[in-house]
Amino acid sequence: MYALVDGNNFFVSCERVFRPSLNGLPVVVLSNNDGCAIARSNEAKALGIAMGAPWFQIKHLVEDAGLVALSANFALYGDLSDRMMSLAAGLGPQQEIYSIDESFIDLTGVRGDLVARSHKIRSRILQWVGIPCGIGIGATKTLAKLANHVAKTAERKPGSYSAQLAQVCDLSALRQSELEAVLVATPVNEVWGVGRQISKQLTAAGVNTVLDLVRLDPVMVKRRWSVVLERTVRELQGMPCIELEHSPRAKQEIACTRSLGHPVTELTALAEAVTEFASRAAVKLRKQGSLAALVMVFIRTSPFRKDPQCSRSTTVPMRRPTSDTAAILEAALAGLRLIYQPAFNYAKAGVMLLDLQSDQVQQGELDWNDGAGKHRGHLMSSLDGLNQRFGRGTVKLASAGLQGDRSVWSMKQERRTPAYTTCLADMPTAKA
Amino acid sequence: MPISDVPLLVLLLKNRVNAGFPSPAEDLGAKRIDLTQLLITHPQATYFLRASGHSMEEAGISDKDILVVDRAIKPRHNHVVVAVVDGDFTVKRLYQRAGRVKLKAANPTFADIVPKEGQTIEVWGVVTSSIKQFPV
Repeated sequence: MYALVDGNNFFVSCERVFRPSLNGLPVVVLSNNDGCAIARSNEAKALGIAMGAPWFQIKHLVEDAGLVALSANFALYGDLSDRMMSLAAGLGPQQEIYSIDESFIDLTGVRGDLVARSHKIRSRILQWVGIPCGIGIGATKTLAKLANHVAKTAERKPGSYSAQLAQVCDLSALRQSELEAVLVATPVNEVWGVGRQISKQLTAAGVNTVLDLVRLDPVMVKRRWSVVLERTVRELQGMPCIELEHSPRAKQEIACTRSLGHPVTELTALAEAVTEFASRAAVKLRKQGSLAALVMVFIRTSPFRKDPQCSRSTTVPMRRPTSDTAAILEAALAGLRLIYQPAFNYAKAGVMLLDLQSDQVQQGELDWNDGAGKHRGHLMSSLDGLNQRFGRGTVKLASAGLQGDRSVWSMKQERRTPAYTTCLADMPTAKA
Repeated sequence: MPISDVPLLVLLLKNRVNAGFPSPAEDLGAKRIDLTQLLITHPQATYFLRASGHSMEEAGISDKDILVVDRAIKPRHNHVVVAVVDGDFTVKRLYQRAGRVKLKAANPTFADIVPKEGQTIEVWGVVTSSIKQFPV
């Protein structure tokens, strides 16, 4: 048996902990660079703001409907997430932290009333940390995720499901008729792992609700669609196919991409941005103990502007897989020079590290005698150590530019709240 | 016995020998006092806020003190609490007697905060310590 604990409108809820005046108001949190809405309060959802809605399209709602828009404050979200996760872990013996606001709990061996226990944990998270969450329980991870959707929707939209399922929903405790009522009221695209393309195909084949999907024959699903969808169907039927992941798996690719604060045309400014992205990606790479064999770099203009459009990318192979910032950067900058075309207003750039492999395995090779050796590893770990201790960007490669010109391309975060819990100077005040 | 004139290789031992009395503290494994242990009982529920103003002087809270606020503690009569009043945080003493609830200042020059008809007092957390730092 599995549970999924998921913070409601997590980023907005975090903001409300330290700004109680935001309760009851439509609030959205904007992505890096204030690009689009990445979290919405229920009131904002009721205004019809879609997930990922571009900021410029909803900007008018600030005047028209009292919308409050905030820049993402990840220092705050990270701390509150950590608090929430550690309380959620009390639900069962094992936990998989699935994202910043979701964790699966393995309930094997937990005795007693699971629903009552979940309500207790839920109200503890709300009282202690300040975050409301929904808890879904099911025989498989896919069912737990579905139950979580039911728990949240039943609370947010009274009448959508039975009111008893609000906040905490245990699908395994329902009678067959009750379960079918839930499944028939849920469209297939709400199922974990069913993306937009698949759900379109399913709808075309007359599979509209989760009940329709559950009743399909897994063997037929495998033949007609894929082994992935077959696994989903089996999970929905109650047969566990996806296990709990105890330690986060090493990523298959690492990306650092950003919208630029302002459109950029000059190669030098782009090179500075790419230098910083490549450096950050290399830090992530070393953190997970991997080497990259390919470096991909891209630049593009904004599709939302009426400028001439340009979107180019290229992939540069490394001579040997590496995690050395200097080597990765060299490749990224070489790629950038290759794809750069003057006279466009570039709005986004990024570096991706691909074809990753473990740094524990090294391909034997003839001696190139090019000086690349182990001591570079020491240099890189000193670099990471200094930046961790004294703040990001303390020591960097010179092409990242010196402070001052950074403003040309760096992030726009005009509406960010203080880092209330992670920075002494930002501590909230209480009137005495 | 004649002394041999054949050169003899003498190894120089560079290792030092510790010949003192072993530290009797070694086995005790005593740890230095850690203030966070004293100040924080529920780490997931504890937040720090800075006091601003003089209404709580007699409760030992001065302007700019750091308040340790524990949200896991159930607020009771006479607790010093952080409450939400008109959307802002206020630190006051909670008065809860004979069905009446109000927030009392610990300074006679400040009035109590009494909820108006239909208004509720929302306690955000209970203040467990106030940290004062002196200019040095």
